[in-house]
Amino acid sequence: MATRLVEVQKLKKWFPIKGGVFSTTVASVKAVDEVSFFINQGETLSLVGESGSGKTTAGRTLLKLLQPTSGKIIYKGKDITKLTPNQMRPLRRNMQIMFQDPYGSLNPRMPVGDIIQEPLDVHGIGTRKERKQAVATMMETVGLRSEYEKRYPHEFSGGQRQRIGVARALIINPELLVLDEPISALDVSIQSQIINLLQELQQRLNLTYLFIAHDLAVVRHMSDRVAVMYLGKIVETAENDELFDHPLHPYTQALLSAVPVPDPEVKRERIILQGDIPSPVNPPSGCHFRTRCPYAMPICKEQEPLVIEVAPGHTVACHLLTKK
Amino acid sequence: MTEKAIEAKKKGQKKSSEDYTYVGMVFHRLTRHKLAMAGVFMLIFIVLFVFVGPLIWRLDPNAQIEGLNGLFNPASRAHPMGTDDYGRDVLARMFFGGRISLFIGFASAITSTLLGAVVGLVAGYYGGWADNILMRFTDAMLSIPTFPLLIALASVFGKGVWQIILVIVVFGWMVDARLVRGLVLSLKEQEYVEAARAIGASANRIMWRHLFPNTLAVLIVSTTIGIGGNIIYEASISFLGFGVQAPFASWGNMLQNAQQFIWNSPRLIIYPGLAIFMTVLGFNFFGDGLRDAIDPKLKL
Repeated sequence: MATRLVEVQKLKKWFPIKGGVFSTTVASVKAVDEVSFFINQGETLSLVGESGSGKTTAGRTLLKLLQPTSGKIIYKGKDITKLTPNQMRPLRRNMQIMFQDPYGSLNPRMPVGDIIQEPLDVHGIGTRKERKQAVATMMETVGLRSEYEKRYPHEFSGGQRQRIGVARALIINPELLVLDEPISALDVSIQSQIINLLQELQQRLNLTYLFIAHDLAVVRHMSDRVAVMYLGKIVETAENDELFDHPLHPYTQALLSAVPVPDPEVKRERIILQGDIPSPVNPPSGCHFRTRCPYAMPICKEQEPLVIEVAPGHTVACHLLTKK
Repeated sequence: MTEKAIEAKKKGQKKSSEDYTYVGMVFHRLTRHKLAMAGVFMLIFIVLFVFVGPLIWRLDPNAQIEGLNGLFNPASRAHPMGTDDYGRDVLARMFFGGRISLFIGFASAITSTLLGAVVGLVAGYYGGWADNILMRFTDAMLSIPTFPLLIALASVFGKGVWQIILVIVVFGWMVDARLVRGLVLSLKEQEYVEAARAIGASANRIMWRHLFPNTLAVLIVSTTIGIGGNIIYEASISFLGFGVQAPFASWGNMLQNAQQFIWNSPRLIIYPGLAIFMTVLGFNFFGDGLRDAIDPKLKL
């Protein structure tokens, strides 16, 4: 039995919308709405969903970069939800994040060596000489020449910058790494390089990944388990193969049918969703997906579907399955 | 990079913008800005005049020539700019007055920019009530009429170089505070700031290592233009008689002194006036050019 590294229970992150004369809260953006999932040590959980489904917010709230509105975050059996930023600081050594934007995530006024070294400085690890050595080693590990440490971020390409991002995240030996769409801003040829680097590092350093993405081909390649998010909720969670071979939630099915297959002979049925993702300020009643679901029933409007386990490790929240 | 540069040199190529560091690029763009270069030459001239001049022209600026024959002498070989109403050598006074004026300009501009930067950083980064209190205080400071208060302060603190600097700083930081706050509000939403928070960096570290360096370019421009403004300010204060006190010279109090003799000896007012004009114009040109040079969207 694998050990659970991190678990999230009914996590909620609502962003208040202030308005009116006294800037009272008039509404909330329900970015993440009662989401529960867990990640085992050493595995990769992928969080997929279209833009605006709350996957990035979920990742950042997990790291407490955003304070959750309610719910629980349990890291190695310890509830970290209520920790203050100061109490979080030692824990930050164990949980790191890699960002989507290779241009915005590196300080343009800092040499790359300093950027990578900063986590060591912040946590006071090693002597000055040891830190320098660690930076050089880490740069080689992620495939950058260590002579480049004096250069500034703008002198690097997008792929190299993402390598710098990986180096910064990994230099303090974290256990959990949140990958917030690490490759969606890169060229396809560079994407595979970064993906391979991430996989190699995971094996070598026994890392646990929360992989946030919308590219399903990459998700299938990378993950052990997959969770599908729609409008702030997780609608389906399953093992990698199970999800891709037997998707049960209509949204997952639609999502998967959109993946191009590199074979012109194969004829497949495409499920094309109508309309846009509804506003998270005012999500539909009952099942959030019902406005675009091809199988919507009267009950979907009235009741929120419960999460049920249809097979070991495969959970779905849909009335189609509850009825059976 | 060096190999690349050597290679490029061999091929006789010009350096492309990618071969420069940031500072190198700004410098390169600055050299192509005509107005800025005019400003630079004016400033070089003034600095040489003020600092090298006294090494060549070794007269004591406060020494008076005895007797009525020494007063209001026109330009001569012994006194290239003549003498003033006390029989002091005007050229020597121009040197030393310039030093004082420049020192006050520099010291007050740098200090007030730093003070403004601290206020702006704290207000912008923390936001909320800290932002509210600091910015309302800034607004309040901006709405105080300076000169009446200045005269009051002069009677409390006394008159002198340090008092002038203090006064200019106290009344000069507000614009920089607003500038920095605005910048920080946008900078703190950048992902690298979030990355720093994810690392566990403290608020202090984020402010000084991540936010401050990114406001530096704008602050340098603001300081440069501020120096010119503060020299004028010093001159105005000294002109009113609350600045640098006799017998010590500053361009401002030389003007003040000269106003009584404007019809008899207009040169006494022309020399310091011209010096102030040139210095301020130089700093303004240079500052404007610097602003253009650091703006990557402008083609220069």
